[in-house]
Amino acid sequence: MKILVTAKRVTDPDAKIRVKADGTGIETAGLEYKLNPFCENAIEAAVQLQEKQGGEVVAVTIGDDDAVQNLRTALAMGADRGIHVKLADSRMDSDLAARILAKVFQQEKPDLFLLGKQAVDGDSNQVGQLVAEYLDLPQACFASKLEVAGDKLTVARELDGGMETIQVALPAVVTADLRLNTPRLPTLPNVLKAKRKPVQELTLDALGVDPALKVETVAYEAPPARKGGIKVKTVEELMDKLVNEAKAL
Amino acid sequence: MKNILVIAETFQGKIRKTSLPAVTFAAQLAGKVGGEFSIALFGSGVAGLAGELTGFGAKNVYVVDAPGFANYLGGPWAKAVAALAQQVGATAVAAVSDTFSRDLLPRVAARLGAGMVSETTAIVGDGAGVKFQRPMWAGNVLGTVVVKTPFAVFGVRGTDFDPPKATGGASAVQNASIAFADDGKATYVKFEPTVSARPDLAEAAVVISGGRGLKDKAGFALLDPLADMLKAAIGATRAVVDAGICPNDLQVGQTGRVVAPQLYIAVGLSGAIQHVAGMKNSKVIVAINKDEEAPIFSVADYGLVGDAFKLLPELTDAIRKHKGL
Repeated sequence: MKILVTAKRVTDPDAKIRVKADGTGIETAGLEYKLNPFCENAIEAAVQLQEKQGGEVVAVTIGDDDAVQNLRTALAMGADRGIHVKLADSRMDSDLAARILAKVFQQEKPDLFLLGKQAVDGDSNQVGQLVAEYLDLPQACFASKLEVAGDKLTVARELDGGMETIQVALPAVVTADLRLNTPRLPTLPNVLKAKRKPVQELTLDALGVDPALKVETVAYEAPPARKGGIKVKTVEELMDKLVNEAKAL
Repeated sequence: MKNILVIAETFQGKIRKTSLPAVTFAAQLAGKVGGEFSIALFGSGVAGLAGELTGFGAKNVYVVDAPGFANYLGGPWAKAVAALAQQVGATAVAAVSDTFSRDLLPRVAARLGAGMVSETTAIVGDGAGVKFQRPMWAGNVLGTVVVKTPFAVFGVRGTDFDPPKATGGASAVQNASIAFADDGKATYVKFEPTVSARPDLAEAAVVISGGRGLKDKAGFALLDPLADMLKAAIGATRAVVDAGICPNDLQVGQTGRVVAPQLYIAVGLSGAIQHVAGMKNSKVIVAINKDEEAPIFSVADYGLVGDAFKLLPELTDAIRKHKGL
């Protein structure tokens, strides 16, 4: 089985993000970058499937040259080779990412395309679904369990109000939720090995992708801060505030 | 985007109330761009529910009722929603962001060549200059977004728009003929609802959430008596869900459920960015945590520093007395 999987570079999910004073973006000085946590789940799932039944795992990232660092993390987790779609311009939307990934899919012709359900920077949760529609493939989003049997994939999906199970025919698009697995930490030997794994560079021109955006983020601001409250000393005092001040009980 | 089609959602045979703030979004947008909106209801055996949607000022309520729509599948549903949008001349589609619409809407957008705004929290400006706001980076950044395509698709954050108001007007109910186009590529197998006597997280007036400070299932069970008394929903942090202490659909946060109850009681949780993103619009926030530096105190209206295992039973008793129970 051949699996394509995303390896998106994102700002450290635990970092406190601040907006630039002129509202044109976020302050990147001193920020660390990591692999998108949901992509880690997708990569782990891909590597586990490969360990079980063989095949190839190809990791893909889109971004400037720094994005290759995170692609190497995917290779250290067990992906066999990487594809780096070079995009120096940081202006992106989910649709452009999806059109790029659809082209990569058509070149690679995998049996399964695994993506993170969302990236923790843009938080859009669109790319997997867009790719599926552009390629007319079945999708199983927010996966928390995967089982392959022949050319069918059974997926448990985390929904509001319960767990749904669907079956999709391969090739298919699956987006990973956090409970799908616990991503492995790359071992040092695997990190070293990853440095020698092949990474193919592609450009939008080579892929024939139009860089036009469908939505554009034109301003960034800090959200209105919630007013800091007070500390109470006792349950009695808390009750008094809840009953008489907030009228919440 | 002058002709907006709102997708109402059903869950277990009923209109999902939390899907209705998209109607308020559509009414606001229609007002700002000088347009109108309609509501669409897809499903099997749902025609009888259409009457619940006719009082909100929509021009039409379209019903697509066919056996094929008994269960949701992304591909065929996206085809159907896009087909209805085209049939009725819509130029925008909107639905409240939940796991149903997050799965569906991007596919609809791709079919219609539309730009999509996820988790829209506000409409800014009007006319041709209308823009949209949405949270990014777990709510640390508010982005202002323009849609550059003639057709637009909106995921709407339900906690940022009120439930729709009755306008007194009666929308015309129209049965739309849209076939369920099954491509055989995906099959529904089963749905296992989370069994709980408690209200749904997104609908509850009071939410009590626990974090890792409660340690284990037994610790987490300390929330039950208080939740029973306040008819509250119970929420959790990702750490608690990952530890298998509660089911995953109780996870409140950036990548889980977004809630905005009248009262949110956070117990033994530190207030990680990802969690706060899912609850900071709550009207009143109470935090109980033994670490006085915990970030949750910076968003809490009332913070109580101390051991949750001691304070939670005390608070439960105090509320019981207050309620005369």
